[in-house]
Amino acid sequence: MLLVHCPYCEQTLPELEFTYAGEAHVARPDAATPVSDEEWRNFLFIRNNVKGPHYERWRHFHGCGRYFNAVRDTVSDRFLITYKVGETRPELSDLLEKSK
Amino acid sequence: MMALTPAFTPGPLVSGNVVSVALMAPAGRLSLRLGQADIPVLSAAIGIELPTRIGTRAKNGPVDVICLGPDEWQIQTDATDTQRLTDACAAVYAQAPHSLTDVSAREITVQIEGPGATDLLTIGCPRDIDKIAIGEGCRTIVDGVSAVLWRDGANSFRLDIWRSFAPYVIGLLQTGGAELAAE
Ligand SMILES: [Zn+2]
Repeated sequence: MLLVHCPYCEQTLPELEFTYAGEAHVARPDAATPVSDEEWRNFLFIRNNVKGPHYERWRHFHGCGRYFNAVRDTVSDRFLITYKVGETRPELSDLLEKSK
Repeated sequence: MMALTPAFTPGPLVSGNVVSVALMAPAGRLSLRLGQADIPVLSAAIGIELPTRIGTRAKNGPVDVICLGPDEWQIQTDATDTQRLTDACAAVYAQAPHSLTDVSAREITVQIEGPGATDLLTIGCPRDIDKIAIGEGCRTIVDGVSAVLWRDGANSFRLDIWRSFAPYVIGLLQTGGAELAAE
């Protein structure tokens, strides 16, 4: 079983308490200005489908209930980092350096 | 016909030297959601310093509070005590907006005690039970069912289960209790 570190609970806990919530840092278009169909399509449906380190959202569903962000390698399933919503997206080069 | 709302009669569910499980009497339960800035006001209203580290608890008389999330607490008290707390919180609502919901009827609580209590919990709960400090607790999962686990002693736990899932979880605990007793 995967162990996931929840940045809100500050504990590393079994995967069964968590749910996956798709790619992270997908910004919603600012609807105050005209948004083209293509921009909406990209926001709603177009994802990177990364092979390797992937920025993604998780939710500590059966726990504190919070959404948070993570970088997980989609090949090895290894988590490089988890961080709170609103925190700056960590640079991949730094994470890979640290994980060596 | 199958009963849609099973009757829950407080009393022993599993007895023995290894582990005992009992359905506890109905309790008063309140769910509190609140922003960081208003914690002191609600603490004063409830009469307990609200704990802010997830999993920690605070107690005053019959009132037991657990911090479940950065903005979420569960308050447990006597079944007759909810109105007093509801009124106290309503009195400070204008000053400190919050959400306080009476969820007394949503859950039942089972008490799990004995040298086999930890073993019994591990049949459904993936957490490392030993890492839950005595006097703390957590919301976790028990064989697919969300539940709040309170650790009151080395071998003493309470488990809050939503009533619609409770017959299943109780059945699981009874099966596990019988297996532990037979070992
Ligand atoms: Zn958490």
